[in-house]
Amino acid sequence: MPIKILIPTPLRPYAGKQAVLEVTGQTVGEALSDLVAQYPDLRKHLFSEEGKLRSFVNVYLNDEDIRYLSKDTTPVKETDTITIVPSVAGGR
Amino acid sequence: MAELADGSQVTLSNEEILRYSRHLIMPEVTLEGQKKLKAARVLCVGTGGLGSPLALYLTAAGVGTLGLVDFDVVDYTNLQRQVLHHTGDVGRLKLDSAIDKLKAINPFVEIKRFDTYLNSQNALDIFRDFDIIADGTDNFATRYLVNDACVLSGKPNVYASIFRFEGQASVFATEAGPCYRCLYPEPPPLGLVPSCAEGGVLGVLPGLLGVIQATEVIKLILGVGEPLIGRLVLVDALAMRFRELRVRKNPDCPVCGANPTVKELIDYNQFCGVRGEESEAPSSVKIPEIQPEELKRRLDAREDIYVLDVREPHEYQICNISGYLIPLGDLPKRVHELDSSCEIVVHCKSGMRSAKAVDFLRKSGFKRVTNLTGGILAWADRIDTSLPKY
Repeated sequence: MPIKILIPTPLRPYAGKQAVLEVTGQTVGEALSDLVAQYPDLRKHLFSEEGKLRSFVNVYLNDEDIRYLSKDTTPVKETDTITIVPSVAGGR
Repeated sequence: MAELADGSQVTLSNEEILRYSRHLIMPEVTLEGQKKLKAARVLCVGTGGLGSPLALYLTAAGVGTLGLVDFDVVDYTNLQRQVLHHTGDVGRLKLDSAIDKLKAINPFVEIKRFDTYLNSQNALDIFRDFDIIADGTDNFATRYLVNDACVLSGKPNVYASIFRFEGQASVFATEAGPCYRCLYPEPPPLGLVPSCAEGGVLGVLPGLLGVIQATEVIKLILGVGEPLIGRLVLVDALAMRFRELRVRKNPDCPVCGANPTVKELIDYNQFCGVRGEESEAPSSVKIPEIQPEELKRRLDAREDIYVLDVREPHEYQICNISGYLIPLGDLPKRVHELDSSCEIVVHCKSGMRSAKAVDFLRKSGFKRVTNLTGGILAWADRIDTSLPKY
């Protein structure tokens, strides 16, 4: 079951330079695991060495932060979009 | 926000009434709203990419008091996007340059200048005389500082940030809404997120986002519409798509939560892992360096030195010193193309990426690898001044 993941510009170099990727999984966690399995270079940008989602990376399912859903066990369905929202600081 | 003046104390001259007539005839603004704008005091932190459109439009709109914080000097590479500053301003203080333009647009606006780097010692003092803070800064340490100072002083933080073709905007730190730390509890480790100077930015992008900030500032002052509170707008200028994500107030937020642990401003450089001026070296071991003059002398003497350029192909096109090109990101999988028995000098644009490459190569068993101090920019300054700089 393909789920759409939107990759932000700063992470695209580690995701085959693509803006939108398709992954599979029943939950957000499985979808992200599939993502880093396809693109291993992304792993260190998303997960700590202990395999936890890094605190400065926000993952949204549609328009809601997964921290306020069931985190990585949040179920996903085919029409859903996962968005990775990184911190960016640029302004000058 | 409760302390925002209602404007009943101010008056508009006939000249001002004519100037703002397109506002005055709108039911959302009217004379009353224009007086609110005149009574309002807005602080722009930074007069660069975001700060330029922000300050220009807030000034034109008739915000009565505009504070500007900046310590920087106009640089030639700023002109592609920082539209407050003109070619003739290169080398001037951004504040001097900005104030000239803003005064020329609208002499009725009072401008307060803060010729300083915003820090934990001065932020609350500077914020005291303003109602709304607009964050146009360019680094994580200052962004957390602006946010915390806004929460601690109870002032809204009108936020935007940009990278290449993408931007984000929101309004943080209102009484009911979330703050920047609710969205991003912790900063990313240093070096993981490139700055505009490293990653580039489309010149018009700060224009788009800065104008969103100016719009939100004006809405907050007027008390009209739906402010961007609890919502993060993501702008992708390449696809020209605007998306909206919900940002919730985190009850456990260390600064705006129910039991805050941050009750005063902290050391934000330490919080964001900044040591010294620039990003830390990639490893604690000292990276061996070679000065451009030394490299030039040895290349002229036809010594057997292999020059490795770890920039991107599009940078190589701008200028190069005939080095062998392997972008830093490709180095691990292309390391076999290099001969570890050769002496290798690695360079990039200014020396950061090449330091990482030297560190990587030494850990991979290369013994004779050095980093060209200052990168190709130093080479262009000191050896071959015909090279373009970027």
